[in-house]
Amino acid sequence: MKSAVIVFPGSNCDRDMAVGLERATGRAANMVWHKDASLPDGLDVVAIPGGFSFGDYLRCGAIAARSPIMRAVVDFAQKGGHVLGVCNGFQVLIETGLLPGALMRNAHLKFVCRDAHLKVETTDSPFTNCYQKDEVIRVPVAHHEGNYIADGELLERLIGNDRVPFRYATPEGDYSDTANPNGAADHIAGVLSENRRVLGMMPHPERLNDPLLGGNDGARLFEGLVGAMA
Amino acid sequence: MKAKVHVTLKTGVLDPQGEAVRHALGQLGFDGVNGVRQGKYLELDLVETDPAKAEAEVKEMCDKLLSNTVIENYTVEIA
Repeated sequence: MKSAVIVFPGSNCDRDMAVGLERATGRAANMVWHKDASLPDGLDVVAIPGGFSFGDYLRCGAIAARSPIMRAVVDFAQKGGHVLGVCNGFQVLIETGLLPGALMRNAHLKFVCRDAHLKVETTDSPFTNCYQKDEVIRVPVAHHEGNYIADGELLERLIGNDRVPFRYATPEGDYSDTANPNGAADHIAGVLSENRRVLGMMPHPERLNDPLLGGNDGARLFEGLVGAMA
Repeated sequence: MKAKVHVTLKTGVLDPQGEAVRHALGQLGFDGVNGVRQGKYLELDLVETDPAKAEAEVKEMCDKLLSNTVIENYTVEIA
């Protein structure tokens, strides 16, 4: 599986993402600078990493979404390519219009940096096929604008089409306001595109993918991708 | 030619920052504030000299970048 990680000024999870991809694929990820106008040939997966691209100016992800490389990423996604956006990467994907809804300032207005528990809501996606349905996994969150909102009609469509792969939950798998780190609507932690090949999520699977880091739950997301490409 | 752009949250979109400001005003004794909505103000210096063209262009900028029309409204004033 051939992968690329997009690097913006202010990205700070790009190397973690590259390590996560390399561990699963056995191949180094291509690091692609935001000013490039095209992606390397023959890519299977493009990852948009976390960070503070362009200092979060205007709106988180807004400037990055209009950078030259993102036109190529949108084109790649529209042709059926797989795209993973984590944290700031999720914000960028929403700003490009590849994913619907919006990410608002956390309801309690605080930056939140802690482990979150996620309930796996569907295994029907290349990103979640290595998990069990209703399994609870532990993945860190670190963000200030992760409060996902969608109007009633969109929310209904997302849920009806099984496009919410992860929800915040307690370690026991119950939904609660205290387990929801940012006030996201319906405890939504991630959203899939209509063709299920674009995933945006606030939690960082690339930060907990090695027992040495204290957990390994994020690794299976990357392994799932490799399996889906095989 | 200058354009003044106001970007505000749509009605119904929760504004926790505005709510925090309202709360802080209350702490200072300003009890008469029912609600606060926080927004953005941008001033653009334009090459265009035709007001109608300038307004159309700035509105396009708002749709494409300056506002997130999923959650925000904008107004454009040409001066």
